[in-house]
Amino acid sequence: MARPFAGFASRVIPLPAENVDTDQIVPARFLKATDKSGLAEALFRDWRFEADGSLKEPRFVLDQPDMSGRRILLAGENFGCGSSREHAPWALVSWGIQAVITTSCADIFRTNALKNGLLPIVVDHERHRQLFELLARDPDVELTVDLAAQVVHLPGDEDLPFNVDPFSKLMLLEGTDELGYLLGKSTEIDAWEGRHVARVDTRGPSGTTA
Amino acid sequence: MTGPRTLVDKIWDDHVVAEDPGAPSVLAIDLHLVHEVTSPQAFTGLRRRGLKVRHPERTVATADHSVPTTPRNLPILDELAAAQVAQLETNCREFDIPLHGLGSPSQGIVHVIGPQLGLTQPGMTIVCGDSHTSTHGAFGALAFGIGTSEVEMVLATQCLLQRRPQTYEVRVDGRLAPGVSAKDVILALLSRIGIAGGTGHVFEYRGEAIEALSMEQRMTICNMSIEGGARAGLIAPDDTTFEYLAGRPHAPQGAAWDDAVARWRALPSDPEAAFDRSVTIDAASLEPMVTYGTNPGMGLPISARVPDPAAAGDDARRRGLEQALAYMDLQPGQALLGQKVDVVFIGSCTNGRISDLRLAAAALKGRHVADGVRMMVVPGSDEVKREAEREGLHEIFRAAGADWREAGCSMCIAMNGDQLSPGQYAVSTSNRNFEGRQGKGGRTFLASPLTAAASAVAGAIADPRLLPGIESLAAVGGR
Repeated sequence: MARPFAGFASRVIPLPAENVDTDQIVPARFLKATDKSGLAEALFRDWRFEADGSLKEPRFVLDQPDMSGRRILLAGENFGCGSSREHAPWALVSWGIQAVITTSCADIFRTNALKNGLLPIVVDHERHRQLFELLARDPDVELTVDLAAQVVHLPGDEDLPFNVDPFSKLMLLEGTDELGYLLGKSTEIDAWEGRHVARVDTRGPSGTTA
Repeated sequence: MTGPRTLVDKIWDDHVVAEDPGAPSVLAIDLHLVHEVTSPQAFTGLRRRGLKVRHPERTVATADHSVPTTPRNLPILDELAAAQVAQLETNCREFDIPLHGLGSPSQGIVHVIGPQLGLTQPGMTIVCGDSHTSTHGAFGALAFGIGTSEVEMVLATQCLLQRRPQTYEVRVDGRLAPGVSAKDVILALLSRIGIAGGTGHVFEYRGEAIEALSMEQRMTICNMSIEGGARAGLIAPDDTTFEYLAGRPHAPQGAAWDDAVARWRALPSDPEAAFDRSVTIDAASLEPMVTYGTNPGMGLPISARVPDPAAAGDDARRRGLEQALAYMDLQPGQALLGQKVDVVFIGSCTNGRISDLRLAAAALKGRHVADGVRMMVVPGSDEVKREAEREGLHEIFRAAGADWREAGCSMCIAMNGDQLSPGQYAVSTSNRNFEGRQGKGGRTFLASPLTAAASAVAGAIADPRLLPGIESLAAVGGR
């Protein structure tokens, strides 16, 4: 279960790439684990390392000086497309990333991220362009993420508002999870199942277990 | 919901268990498919909370992603993969879930065996920890991929929290030309709307060309809905659907079958139902498609030339295209036809079914794979493999110099040792051409089984419409 999502301030990791797919975030060969540990090492593995295990030159942004400890990733549109692997947000979170700012997120990635204390912040293209410009001027600029108020505070008292699903927001702020909510619906689930015949029986022919 | 409804609306309305103000709907799930890669952490979560699987009889498991495609009497050499498959077996035993495991005659890719066993049926909600769950939409089911946290929720409650998706009509009018198949339709759609075009939506594929397709071709199209950003894509059930399902092991039987068909016939979208978005494709204008870049939306008609990044509309697009061409080592303006290839892969949940193998075999019969080209044919399931061998397809593949393998996801995701070497080019019937998807440094051209087989013979990307007797070849896929 995730911890309550608290507001935080952080410098930013710029990744000006569109359509970053989850195969890049965590290559498939790292999906053989049966737990969630060690995935920080797999994060963007093939963008970071040569085949012989040495760091690529020029270095990928995560490996550039002064990038460690930054908790906000600023990425291009359609972040997290492709495979449904939840290993992608697990890896980002275990690296220390708590928010991804982009112009759009793939549906399954967004869903997975929100369940792991990783906040997708979707802004319009103009705001997005301005953020990259701000970073170009001041690579060490610090942003403050305030989920409760749904704003990112920029330097100079400027606020960047963002939308978030109200239910997901509540779950994040309270540090509770959806499974707890669903388990609380057992009366409704029992009632629905009482009104609906099972459509299939994976142990035998359908229509025999009604 | 009242008034005219779409197929998606009807399935959705039928599965809403509860709705709190401000919260997503609690949606009941009819069928939960489980595989070895995205489930272990979910079972760990159940144990930690002391929970049971609410409906093991609505859950089914198989091992597909990390299994070798070498002969089954050999052990799994990769220790991590072996441990993952063993963990799945343990989890299924402990939680009483039916498992079509390694060595079982019903093992195979999860999206191949569901339909094959008759588990996938119209009007159902179906989920799996796999983005290609959209495949099952071919039967008029609302089927979508979920993450591992959601796998745990479905195991525990047989429900999910979901917001109603928007709908996106994909109309394919007219008829496909010989040599042009379902794979070309979906690659053409993706090249048109882009890989985020369907985000937040569910596709409903309709129109004359869709109605004329076999169930297996429909599955190929629905399978790649996720490559357009749509979590699900579906097709209204019709007589083609019912003919495919009748008599399958888990399909309803006797009076239950008649009841089910009556229910299924009410599912298609009402004539006046409105979609949030719509796109129309002229089937007759489509050519065989091939991708040139590093996402499935970067596709072209096979006779076209690689685009020039300098002509891209904005900086982000130009950078993306430059990066893709650099990775693929292709030049702007270069023809795709004649591009040399090293490997041809026939298989996957997109194109690893019996009709796909029949098409590839028909194109290869009496011919030979070009020198220097490695061709792998990987059936989508053990049942597909047995059927292919009954029909003698394996002899055609072997005589042509291709490698005939055991069932699994194989080189589509390259988790099992079947992979490209850095720099190699592959024509692949799978679904993703992302960087490194088929092996670190490997380069993928996505295409149909016919295009892949024609390219294997030529040793380079080749137009399947030039195969001798293409009219009769194209009919081999059949219904």
